[in-house]
Amino acid sequence: MELYLDLVSQPCRSVFVFAKAVGIPFEFKVVALVEGQQYREEFAKISMIRKVPVMKDGSFVLTESVAILKYLAQKHSSSVADHWYPAELRQRARVNEYLSWQHMNLRAHGSKVFLLRAMFPLIMGSEVPKEKMDAAVEDLKLSLNLLEEKFLQDKPFIVGDKISLADLVAVVELMQPVGTGLDVLEGRPKLIAWRDRVKQEVGEELFDEAHEQLMNMSSLQEKMQNNSAMEMLKPKFQMLFK
Amino acid sequence: MWAGREPSESATETPAQTRGHRRGAVMALELYLDLNSQPCRSVYIFATKNNVPFEFKKLNLLEGEQYGEEFGKINLIRKAPALRDGDFCLAESIAILLYLAEKFKTPDYWYPADLHQRARVNEYLSWQHMTIRLQGSKVFWLQLLIPKILGADVPQDKLDAALEDLNASLTLLEDKFIQDKPFIAGDHITLADLVAIVEVMQPVGAGVDVFEGRAKLSAWRDRVQAAIGEELFDEAHKTILGAQESVKLMDASKLQFFKPKILKLFM
Repeated sequence: MELYLDLVSQPCRSVFVFAKAVGIPFEFKVVALVEGQQYREEFAKISMIRKVPVMKDGSFVLTESVAILKYLAQKHSSSVADHWYPAELRQRARVNEYLSWQHMNLRAHGSKVFLLRAMFPLIMGSEVPKEKMDAAVEDLKLSLNLLEEKFLQDKPFIVGDKISLADLVAVVELMQPVGTGLDVLEGRPKLIAWRDRVKQEVGEELFDEAHEQLMNMSSLQEKMQNNSAMEMLKPKFQMLFK
Repeated sequence: MWAGREPSESATETPAQTRGHRRGAVMALELYLDLNSQPCRSVYIFATKNNVPFEFKKLNLLEGEQYGEEFGKINLIRKAPALRDGDFCLAESIAILLYLAEKFKTPDYWYPADLHQRARVNEYLSWQHMTIRLQGSKVFWLQLLIPKILGADVPQDKLDAALEDLNASLTLLEDKFIQDKPFIAGDHITLADLVAIVEVMQPVGAGVDVFEGRAKLSAWRDRVQAAIGEELFDEAHKTILGAQESVKLMDASKLQFFKPKILKLFM
């Protein structure tokens, strides 16, 4: 089984951490996004959507991290503990509810803050307009509020006592703006405690390994600036920043 | 407030609503729905098609009913659809569809147990949030509701950009998801097609013919309609297809409440 990944990307991290945490063997195929590798011809043959992560299991190719995570949990159900994607009706519904909500909320808002802080000045050649940044940070704040008040509440994990795919997908998105030096967990002891629990469940070493590149943004930014792919990537980013 | 439907609607009580009320001895499952909303339509169609006993709780989104105190107890996210099954409340149409499929043991083809087929359904259900769902909504708002709220036309370049994005996604729907198959996951309709069709219909409600020049998409739509049942499909889409008319009659001042949020999201 091959996993096409760039660990700077949140959905790649959730797939990476899950596969490693539950002991599913895979071949790590790097797709360096800052070098525009997703736009290469060889990658187009794997996936016409040109995004990561992508899973290739034999001849079966699958995109979308949520689909990949569920596929791996189902395929390896005899060895993957039930709590990751519980069979019980209501618990499973809670996982699905989070996995659905997060696309347009924590994922979208965390990504936007990350892109504005890490990429905007590089791409646009100027500082982010204050209004734009404030609005993005406010949206992220609202998503984090819902994560705490609706999804976590007073439980150790989103579903209850045990970690599930929901917590994994949530934590990697939460970490994205943190990679730009923005402490989104400041003043949120509940989320800090939850993040630490998740870290402990998957293993600190694995968690840190997954987030190493993200936490080293300056070297990534340097790579981008010195790369010929920059000219090609610039207009694509500019579209996001309009 | 939502004891059922408003009196004005009882004359046109739908078969599903009748079914839901007839079995009302045991506390029925409640579905909070506004059929102007795409994810509400997929849930409505699925529950009705599969004879799931439910009570239709109408939620009028443009009237801001999702912000009421009672609804907040059911869904803190304050969106529709929402489900209440006894003491269990659930948000997010995809989670609701999967919950209903499992609880009521709907026919396997909707969400196949087969590993690969299920993955294809999950893949579409995940991809669609930030693409067709977002872009179809945007076109609908820009075309129909925002001009009403602003009292002026939306800049053409904004409309064009939104249409371009939607078109790119429709092309991917045709070329990557449907390809040469009858339905997204293969030979049979699944939740993926259901979720896709209700989203694709949204811009149609605003007068944008997304099927024009798209033979593959049109043929797929016909198959999906047939699989759902034309009567049910039409019933579910009656409200949205009448949107252009009802927006004309709408009181623009009532919509001002949504102005800041909508402008932020779509402009």
